[in-house]
Amino acid sequence: MGELDVLKKEAETLKTQIETARKAVNDTTMEAASSGVAPAPRIQPKARRTLKGHTAKIYALYWALDNKLMVSGSQDGKLLVWDTHAGILANCVPLKSAWVMTVSFSPSAGLVASGGLDNMCTIVNISGEKPKTMRELDGHDGYVACSRFLSETSILTASGDQTCGLWDLETGKQKQSFLNHVGDCMCVALAEDQNTFISGACDSQAKLWDIRDGQCKQSFIGHTGDINAISYMPNGQAFITGSDDCTLRMFDMRADQEVMCYQNAQPTAGVTSLSLSLSGRLLFAGYDDFNCNIWDSLKGEKIGVLSGHDNRVSCTGIPSDGMCVSTGSWDSFLKIWN
Amino acid sequence: MSGNNSIAHARKLVEQLRIEAGIERIKVSKAAADLMQYCELHGRSDPLLVGVPTSENPFKDKKPCSIL
Repeated sequence: MGELDVLKKEAETLKTQIETARKAVNDTTMEAASSGVAPAPRIQPKARRTLKGHTAKIYALYWALDNKLMVSGSQDGKLLVWDTHAGILANCVPLKSAWVMTVSFSPSAGLVASGGLDNMCTIVNISGEKPKTMRELDGHDGYVACSRFLSETSILTASGDQTCGLWDLETGKQKQSFLNHVGDCMCVALAEDQNTFISGACDSQAKLWDIRDGQCKQSFIGHTGDINAISYMPNGQAFITGSDDCTLRMFDMRADQEVMCYQNAQPTAGVTSLSLSLSGRLLFAGYDDFNCNIWDSLKGEKIGVLSGHDNRVSCTGIPSDGMCVSTGSWDSFLKIWN
Repeated sequence: MSGNNSIAHARKLVEQLRIEAGIERIKVSKAAADLMQYCELHGRSDPLLVGVPTSENPFKDKKPCSIL
């Protein structure tokens, strides 16, 4: 009994130590620091494309590195690959399980991954004449909420079983598991050098992980609800999360804390998705209330709205050339704006 | 009585907290300055921020795509 008490006491001491250390470097807020920065222009992007093809709610979308192809996943049981420039459908991948929550392309766009309530991450080769299922990554004890390729042979998953996993696509086996969240893992984002990644979960925390040894390096608190979306700022030192608590927050990894909170005057809708423009200055966030708000990420001000969907905006994405923002909705449509 | 489980769990928690407590932190003012500098430097080539000239816009024609 003695050892348990000692450990509990040490845990409390360490928690206080962390809090004190964070306070010690908290010499300003992002908002105060950016007060001298000129406001971002009030932009009003126009809907340039409306992509109609799904027959049920869209849950996920992902841009290929060619900045032209985009894949979307819907609970109609299909992945649709779009040539967004021409505005036409390029490919259609029927899914075994219609309950899709995530889609992504491999760097070559020759593979697509999807995951969902079947607790699996399915890898399909779409480079041939017909889509061919290559792997079914089976090992999570809960839904697969997010999947991101590191390469043509390696993929990271986030699961409702409270873990993230790194998989080898050549063997189909999990190479590393990431255990520390105490709630469903909902989203992940990979650092550019792929040595680390960040995750968001239903325990309201975001975490930074070392990919090779599976170690959680830092935990970020602040949200008071499920974290549904996460994305690195392009400088690689900070990231932004979106949550059911109706806010987005920016966390800086070197300061080890929250540095900005983006909240509507009347916060009533949860954040489902987020994307950052090329410089990181513009933050596009999809909400339950059918809108996509545009935030000035440095000053924390709302500077625009993308309205046009007739239901929840469930996913957003910006291609690597930053030329547009796409939104996907429960209304079954995708829109492309710039 | 799973006393051993609780102890193992508590040990893991302390181990994790030690790792998280041990990192070096920089001031928020420095983090903010670096971020602002990055945005300033890259803002001029951010298409959504500065706008896309029609001639260079791959999405310029408004075309609905329907396969239904």
